[in-house]
Amino acid sequence: MSAASKDTALRTGVIARALIYAILLVFAVFYLLPLFVMLVNSVKPLEEIRQGNMLAFPELFTIEPWIQAWGEAQIGVQPTGLKPYFINSLVMVIPAVIISTLLGAINGYVLTKWQFPGHRIVFGLMLFSCFIPFQIVLIPMARILGMLDLAGTTYGLILVHVVYGLGFTTLFFRNYYDAFPTELIRAATIDGAGFFRIFQRILLPSSGPIIVVTVIWQFTNVWNDFLFGASFADFDSQPMTVALNNLVSSSTGVKEYNVHFAGAILAALPTLIVYIVSGRYFVRGLMAGAVKG
Amino acid sequence: MAFLEINRLHKQYGNVEVLKGVDIAIEEGGFLVLVGPSGCGKSTLLNSIAGLESITSGEIAIDGKVVNDLHPSKRDIAMVFQSYALYPSMSVAENIAFGLEMRGVSKAEREEAIQGVAGMLQIEHLLKRRPGQLSGGQRQRVAMGRALVRDPKLFLFDEPLSNLDAKLRVDMRTEIKRLHQKLGTTIVYVTHDQIEAMTLATQIAVLKDGILQQVGSPDEVYSKPANMFVADFMGSPTMNLIEARIENGSGALSVEIPQRDRSLSLPVPRPPSSLQSYSGKSVVLGIRPEDITDPDGADPKAEHIAHANCSVEVVEPTGADTFVVTQLGGKEVTGRMRNAAGLSVGADVPFAFNMGKIHFFDPATEQRIA
Ligand SMILES: Nc1ncnc2c1ncn2[C@@H]1O[C@H](COP(=O)(O)OP(=O)(O)O)[C@@H](O)[C@H]1O
Ligand SMILES: [Mg+2]
Repeated sequence: MSAASKDTALRTGVIARALIYAILLVFAVFYLLPLFVMLVNSVKPLEEIRQGNMLAFPELFTIEPWIQAWGEAQIGVQPTGLKPYFINSLVMVIPAVIISTLLGAINGYVLTKWQFPGHRIVFGLMLFSCFIPFQIVLIPMARILGMLDLAGTTYGLILVHVVYGLGFTTLFFRNYYDAFPTELIRAATIDGAGFFRIFQRILLPSSGPIIVVTVIWQFTNVWNDFLFGASFADFDSQPMTVALNNLVSSSTGVKEYNVHFAGAILAALPTLIVYIVSGRYFVRGLMAGAVKG
Repeated sequence: MAFLEINRLHKQYGNVEVLKGVDIAIEEGGFLVLVGPSGCGKSTLLNSIAGLESITSGEIAIDGKVVNDLHPSKRDIAMVFQSYALYPSMSVAENIAFGLEMRGVSKAEREEAIQGVAGMLQIEHLLKRRPGQLSGGQRQRVAMGRALVRDPKLFLFDEPLSNLDAKLRVDMRTEIKRLHQKLGTTIVYVTHDQIEAMTLATQIAVLKDGILQQVGSPDEVYSKPANMFVADFMGSPTMNLIEARIENGSGALSVEIPQRDRSLSLPVPRPPSSLQSYSGKSVVLGIRPEDITDPDGADPKAEHIAHANCSVEVVEPTGADTFVVTQLGGKEVTGRMRNAAGLSVGADVPFAFNMGKIHFFDPATEQRIA
């Protein structure tokens, strides 16, 4: 009896498993199809795209569209390719991510371990900032950038992204540090460590998972941002997303789809790499609970 | 002036008063155990001494110096926490030396101090490990090492043994006592375990709801509990507290315990002076299980043994002794028999009451009648 039921359990197990894998496969294909189309068509000559099937593999393989997109394509008025804008984006993203992550960590530390009267309200307001749509802050932000003399500069964009990201980074670190044992802080206080020393020696070394989460989150958000870039950047500080838009929507001549595809992949590449390198820490970090002493 | 003095200490969280005017003094080299049920404010009191919690009013002085406004790191104290609070990202050696490092002690001196403490606690082989790789008992030792290495004026322990299993707890208890005898440093030790309090303390302070119930030597607290709470809290099994009446027959006081059929009358050989005024009134009679025995097992030196027959309700052998439960004054009363032979449930057997060791409490105020 028990052996028989075990057998059926085993068999239904196999069927269910096969079904699950089949469904997963369908979804995987569904999600990968756009990437496939982009990849395939970015290495075809334009003729082939015009005549043929978007899903077909290239008959004539070429990396010319990539070279074009990177260094030669017309962006706005200059035939510079996306390269300078890629650099603009990096110069903006890296400081923005570092500064907002660090400030978020300190905020989280203060809001959980150095609570002051009204700390709940402060946190509530920071949380609220996560839900404010970008569009609402455009005009006030433009005024402030103007007043600070940062309008149209990369510094201005960094400031915007730091301010806008602070709500999220604070939320992440606050929740993580909330589970961090307060007795550790007390022990370190008695041991004679001060505010920053405790942060640097006790909390930061245990913050790996949440730092990864925050960095990935901030990197993708800042890198992919279009609205702030389009609103606050000048020609020489425009980020990759804005440049990509200019490339794709430039009205002169024929639409070079292969170049557009290559450009789009270039624009997505950094976030893709960040995910591949540290994606598994992302999930682990989101799941991370208390630090065991 | 005592080494550690706490005067009229109040502590409030918002509107909730957690400590309601605590006064404690302890001599240099003393071992003060703060004992009380969970939530009574023991940790709050300890944290106030450490300076980790600000106090609402009152005064705390260590070695003749008021430390109210002194930062925890400047009070020359070391603390062992219930959760051990070892820094997870540092090795055992780094954990132990962290306090010295923060105080700018040179690396060579730190190394030497680590070795000394590690030798004393037998944790030399653990020095390179992370706290996550240690067992509970080992973490406990490291936490003690971190406190010892600084050679402070005052040690504070917050339920340091409560996360250990029973066997290890007893071992570590002995070890803490040995360390105290060897080092002679003043200790304030918090626990909710009255046995730990009895075994370790030179002074016990019993706390309930933020109010100090009694401060005294373990012997005083045990043999002269100030009120029914202390009587009930200290000792295991707990003291029997029986409702009774005081009768004044021909000059000698006796205590009447109402029973179903007839009341049981026991003589009171050496009545406390104010008991006279309770004549004809109800009191609470307290008697510890070890003072209710079989007639053969009664303390041979006791001068005032009263005998009475009671019916056996429950028999609980523990190996060395057997606890026997009977009914007195409508309450379950536990006695401690040495010889359990022939005890059967339902039987009427003779019990011996050591009347020289009884306690009386006022039923209204619950205070000891002295
Ligand atoms: N930070 C705090 N805010 C409000 N109430 C607190 C705080 N810390 C402790 N309490 C309260 O103070 C009382 C005493 O706590 P505690 O000293 O930790 O008790 P014990 O250590 O004796 O178990 C408890 O009722 C607890 O709820
Ligand atoms: Mg406590």
